[in-house]
Amino acid sequence: MSDDKSDETTAAPVAAVPTDHSPTVSRENVDESTTREDKIRASGEVLAPGSTEERAVGARRGMFGTAGSGDTSGYGGLVAPTVYPGATQRPFGGWFDDVADALVSRLEATDLVPAIERVVVHRGEITFHVRRQDLPFVAQMLRDDEALRFEFCSGVSGVHYPDDEGRELHAVYHLLSMTHNRRIRLEVTAPDADPHIPSIVSIYPTNDWHERETWDMFGIVFDGHPALTRILMPDDWPGHPQRKDYPLGGIPVEYKGGSIPPPDERRSYN
Amino acid sequence: MVSTGSTNEQTDIYAGASDTTEGRVFTVSGQDWDSITDSLGDGVEERVVVNMGPQHPSTHGVLRLILELDGETVTEARCGIGYLHTGIEKNLEYRTWVQGTTFVTRMDYLSPFYNEMTYALGVERLLDIEQDIPEKAQVMRVLLMELNRISSHLVAIATGGMEIGALTVMTMGFRERELVLDLFELITGLRMNHAFIRPGGVAQDLPPGALDEIRDFIALMKKRLPEYAALCNANPIFKARLVGVGELDLAGCLALGLSGPPLRATGYAWDLRKTQPYSGYETYDFDVQTWDTADAYGRFRIRLNEMHESLKIVEQAAARLADLEGAPVMVADKKIAWPSQLAIGSDGMGNSLDHIRHIMGESMEALIHHFKLVTEGFRVPAGQAYVPIESPRGELGAHVVSDGGTRPFRTHFRDPSFTNLQATSVMSEGGMVADVIVAIASIDPVMGGVDR
Repeated sequence: MSDDKSDETTAAPVAAVPTDHSPTVSRENVDESTTREDKIRASGEVLAPGSTEERAVGARRGMFGTAGSGDTSGYGGLVAPTVYPGATQRPFGGWFDDVADALVSRLEATDLVPAIERVVVHRGEITFHVRRQDLPFVAQMLRDDEALRFEFCSGVSGVHYPDDEGRELHAVYHLLSMTHNRRIRLEVTAPDADPHIPSIVSIYPTNDWHERETWDMFGIVFDGHPALTRILMPDDWPGHPQRKDYPLGGIPVEYKGGSIPPPDERRSYN
Repeated sequence: MVSTGSTNEQTDIYAGASDTTEGRVFTVSGQDWDSITDSLGDGVEERVVVNMGPQHPSTHGVLRLILELDGETVTEARCGIGYLHTGIEKNLEYRTWVQGTTFVTRMDYLSPFYNEMTYALGVERLLDIEQDIPEKAQVMRVLLMELNRISSHLVAIATGGMEIGALTVMTMGFRERELVLDLFELITGLRMNHAFIRPGGVAQDLPPGALDEIRDFIALMKKRLPEYAALCNANPIFKARLVGVGELDLAGCLALGLSGPPLRATGYAWDLRKTQPYSGYETYDFDVQTWDTADAYGRFRIRLNEMHESLKIVEQAAARLADLEGAPVMVADKKIAWPSQLAIGSDGMGNSLDHIRHIMGESMEALIHHFKLVTEGFRVPAGQAYVPIESPRGELGAHVVSDGGTRPFRTHFRDPSFTNLQATSVMSEGGMVADVIVAIASIDPVMGGVDR
């Protein structure tokens, strides 16, 4: 009895490994990357300073990105994991550490250290992944603190990662400190099932239209936005066009009561 | 129909009035204002909500303004945008990285090279080839961008002048802009929508004779640019319309994310070419132009002065190009560089015959390579990048996300027109209706960039 139990407990995590980050990935191709990451985590091994671990999200199939076209190239069976740069270990280098130190020390004072989930340094740009409920607090601090002073926000850009389970919707903010001439990126995520992210219009009024655009295109609800309405698409438009599950084209055109079907559904002569 | 009994005079079937839950709604189509004021009768409140645009000559394209008026004073101003939304960002996700330049050049159609540039810089950062871009490509990019800044500012000044009735400014502005477009046509083959700056470099080398044309242009512009100053700078009518209109101070600009001429008109010398240089801007001699009035007049003067500075940069770039004859204009990595060498033939521009001979007759590998790069494209390592540049309208940046594939996973453009247009309310509320036009002209929004 006790033997069975111990078998179960040891077997369970192993079985869960491949589905941890990449639910749709076929096992034989992805094992390598995910197990590597898990090994690092399990062993508690600390990565070399400045190095970046990797984070697999989903997979790409085939060679040319097309589907359903009767692939005769022989490359249709390829499956390659999509691996993004993951958390970076300190030191980040240059002023990145100054910003991170200032940020962490302020957060420690308010007991909100977990607000920064992960720091990624890639291609000379630093990204702070912020826990979504703490975004307004962190943004306020970034704007007002003497050592940070990010007084200019370049808006928000939504990204939809359908394979990033539980964190499908990302809102990406680019902040600029004109005082210190530095630029950082904040990334906040929300699951598809609960697409809510706090608005920071009260902190950066420029984000008014940017958040409306991200709502319009991705369906991210920015809680606390003064008037979250569509901005580019018509007010009564169904769906959010920039999401990955929204098709390109295929929408009938309505004009003065008439409806013209999309090009792929019109009469053709083939 | 307006219920004044004068219906027999009303021949325009689109004009008229109807009762809605919001009150009476009139459709004005021109020359029928009297019939509407008559029909309102006495005892009606003065407050009127006017819908200006989206089809209106002085709203810079398809911009819709919703103005609440008290007499001639604007009490509330709101923008309606989206009439030119073409889904460029979505379309990019269905094309290769190189094909993307063809889309992005069409966004802000008055500054196409800047769209291409910020996109190319983002892709190059993800490819980690920022250090490998050849010198000549960098100089050509700077040359084209600064020529483009001149043509864009000329349109800003020309249309801004036209909107306040200064038609001479308009004809002059478009006359000079034509000279710049001729240069673009000579260098890239197209007057607009060039798709010339590509990830890895530029599409083609300078054609023979281009430097001479550029030098002639510089000499001519040095004579022509002072004409604008002579016509406008101290012109009492021009100043009466512009001075003190559309004011927005530094704190307001930063809060609303305004960059470019509106920010520099507050006296703050923020120009990404100086503060965060790219493409070798730190090696050119030019000054950042500022003004201290924070109004429409200041923005006009900044644009005028910036054209002189751009001309200085063009002159320096042309001098450098003279020493770079025959140097490469594309990154050396053949896995990225577009393989089809273009050449001018008897029937216009097309694939170089030498290249066709090589891939069709000499090397099977070269043919495969050509085919793979042209149909499939190159792969860009997974990650994200944001490399903003100083466009004529302010900070223009592309947030480029790759999943490691041959197409952009997501590309978002932070367009300065989009952001700056948010200042319409704060710049025009409390002023006159006529000043709304001046305020918007001083922002210089391009709807192709606003709506993308």
